[in-house]
Amino acid sequence: MLGNAAAARGLYEAGCGFVSSYPGTPSTEITEEAAKYNEIYAEWAPNEKVAMEAAFGASLAGTRSFCGMKHVGLNVAADPLFTVSYTGVNAGMVIGVADDAGMHSSQNEQDSRHYARSAKIPMLEPSDSAEALAFAKLAYELSEQFDTPVLLKMCTRVAHSQSIVETSERAEAPRRPYVKNIAKNVMTPANAIKRHPFVEERMARLAEWAETADIDRVESGTDSSVGIITSSTSYQYVKEVCGDRFPVLKLGMIWPLPEKKIRDFAASVSSLVVVEELDGFVETFVRELGLSCKGKEAFPQLGEFSQNLVAEKLGLAAHTGKALEEVLPGRPPVMCAGCPHRGLFYVLSKNKCTVLGDIGCYTLGAAPPLSSIEMTLCMGASVSATHGFNKALGAESEGRTVAVIGDSTFMHSGMTGLANIAYNQSNSTVIILDNSITGMTGHQQNPTTGYNIKGEPAGKIDLEALCRAMGFARVRVVDPYDLKACDAAVKEELAAAEPSVIISRRPCALLKYVKHKAPLRVDPEKCIGCKSCMRIGCPAVAIKDGKAHVDATLCVGCGVCSQLCPADAFESTGKEA
Amino acid sequence: METRNIMIVGVGGQGSLLASKLLGHLLVEQGYDVKVSEVHGMSQRGGSVVTYVRYGDKVYSPIIDKGEADIIVSFELLEAARWLEYLKPGGQIVTSTQQTDPMPVITGAAAYPQDLVNKMKDAGAKVDALDCLALAEEAGSSKAVNLVLMGRLSHYFDFPEEVWKETIAAVVPRQFIDLNIKAFELGKEHIEELNNGKVLSERD
Repeated sequence: MLGNAAAARGLYEAGCGFVSSYPGTPSTEITEEAAKYNEIYAEWAPNEKVAMEAAFGASLAGTRSFCGMKHVGLNVAADPLFTVSYTGVNAGMVIGVADDAGMHSSQNEQDSRHYARSAKIPMLEPSDSAEALAFAKLAYELSEQFDTPVLLKMCTRVAHSQSIVETSERAEAPRRPYVKNIAKNVMTPANAIKRHPFVEERMARLAEWAETADIDRVESGTDSSVGIITSSTSYQYVKEVCGDRFPVLKLGMIWPLPEKKIRDFAASVSSLVVVEELDGFVETFVRELGLSCKGKEAFPQLGEFSQNLVAEKLGLAAHTGKALEEVLPGRPPVMCAGCPHRGLFYVLSKNKCTVLGDIGCYTLGAAPPLSSIEMTLCMGASVSATHGFNKALGAESEGRTVAVIGDSTFMHSGMTGLANIAYNQSNSTVIILDNSITGMTGHQQNPTTGYNIKGEPAGKIDLEALCRAMGFARVRVVDPYDLKACDAAVKEELAAAEPSVIISRRPCALLKYVKHKAPLRVDPEKCIGCKSCMRIGCPAVAIKDGKAHVDATLCVGCGVCSQLCPADAFESTGKEA
Repeated sequence: METRNIMIVGVGGQGSLLASKLLGHLLVEQGYDVKVSEVHGMSQRGGSVVTYVRYGDKVYSPIIDKGEADIIVSFELLEAARWLEYLKPGGQIVTSTQQTDPMPVITGAAAYPQDLVNKMKDAGAKVDALDCLALAEEAGSSKAVNLVLMGRLSHYFDFPEEVWKETIAAVVPRQFIDLNIKAFELGKEHIEELNNGKVLSERD
């Protein structure tokens, strides 16, 4: 079972009744899988902060709840996180967070474990699917026993690896009655100041619990010259390389850490090594205890580990392979054939616009040959940063700078930036790339699509009406397959003397309901080999023997390439896919 | 038994996730400890993708490192070459001869490397290359390349053919079972030609 599916199974078996999340690789499948259990109410929230607050509300009401997000999503939800630590819970509340060491699909490589320490919330860290399931269940027990939310920390290699699990039946968690408790749940300064000592005392009790809990266990070894403290996927690499040679302190709860257990383990071995990805989080704690250890001076703070890396750093034999001597061309991800974003980015590139981008598939608009996007920071930043950029540079920038943001990202964090443009009046142009889905994370519904997580009809936010309501008089919709219309819209809205929104609307080409036209082909008699069609970077179009050639297995007949052809060489094959 | 390592590589969108799902399902049914590791998200959009399948008595790491793969199964020739360093010395490559130009080749910044099968052989790999796209089309769908490759791969395992077919029936949607079994058989039977010493040419 996939690690994320196992975590979802753990939620199910623990009697969880409410899940609210925002999708983000590598966390998304926890919520998708949870939604498949009829006993669990599951939803996609507009962003992680909303999801966490909704999950808190459900917990307060007496239902075991969960919210899931990727590491950067926890930044968005950090505001409720730090204070839900103070209120504690009614029914159990678990917060899933998935880190992405190696940045397979993320804009940074932050280490979420710091949140556990700074927000004073216990964090469990599974190392495979079986533990993901078991720890999710344990998290609810701890949450209710210690009156605390519990962080369940995944990482790419646990979330997206499948390993064997044993499942059991769901144990229904009876609803805990909601009791009005102003002192506990209204975090005014006067109340919060009384909760803070509780938080500190709770963490001390959890640390005490960890001293005897099986979740932090010592595995004996035959060679006590080295003792290894590790957790998560690093534990798997250590065991792969060392087997039962060195004693291992395997940490399942990464915060709070068991001081005495660590001291005893250190005393039982000649030297200590801490093996952990990203920051020296455990290492710092070990050093704070006055123990000497080897950590980040040997193991990198960057990227993912692997068995060869761990072997090498432990001074053991690593495997090697033989690569070809020549340098092979890379294969970066690209916008799909027929991607509706392509046409719009071509127009922006042609008009030499300064494009401030956002988080989604369309970030690929920064890649050659479009090379259009000049800034990508975090969810929603395109809109707010464009405002700041324009305020700083004035009219010279306002006439050529645009923000581009997807429909889901706009709902997540773009609306507040738009409010700032409307309120503080920069003459900014915002382009909402509405492909009617959350694309990059694998097609999740969002508040603009009209469907819920189960694909059932749901509320649908009208983007045009929303933008107008915020005070934008200039709101227009274009079809990104129509290059002329896009070009006119971009030119006119940049020239206009007031802020504007362009909604570039066409569903993602990968959506199952989207009907494609027949693939195109090139008439080699007409093709003059000018390579105009190559400027859009479509994976279905290549130059072969000096002429354009369309890969019919990829082409979906969007016709953007043919609009660039001066010789009218593209024609339909007439065969509908 | 020692853990055995199979890598499945290709271009995002080619169907490697179904291949790893089939293989993982089959190996679990055979009673092994199995780990399958995938990558989702950004790199799926036409980028280079890899899936790791490991099985044995007890598997720890979910990934396969350089010099560890017993077999690399590849949907695309350049991708087979890209991951060659992950192959064990003398390991087996099972690849489709399909060539998909990556963006640097499309934009003219690089050329698609030539003669990759021989280059991989020269580097010490055993290479079993077959035009799986043509066979998939013969089976009825260009999307069945993954099953052609599985048919091919089945020769490097000791499991009876029925076990593979039962797995296909259990994993793929009902309406596609016949097509997928046909693709599997086409991939499987072509190895007989190889064993009989017939030459399998690279496309182009």
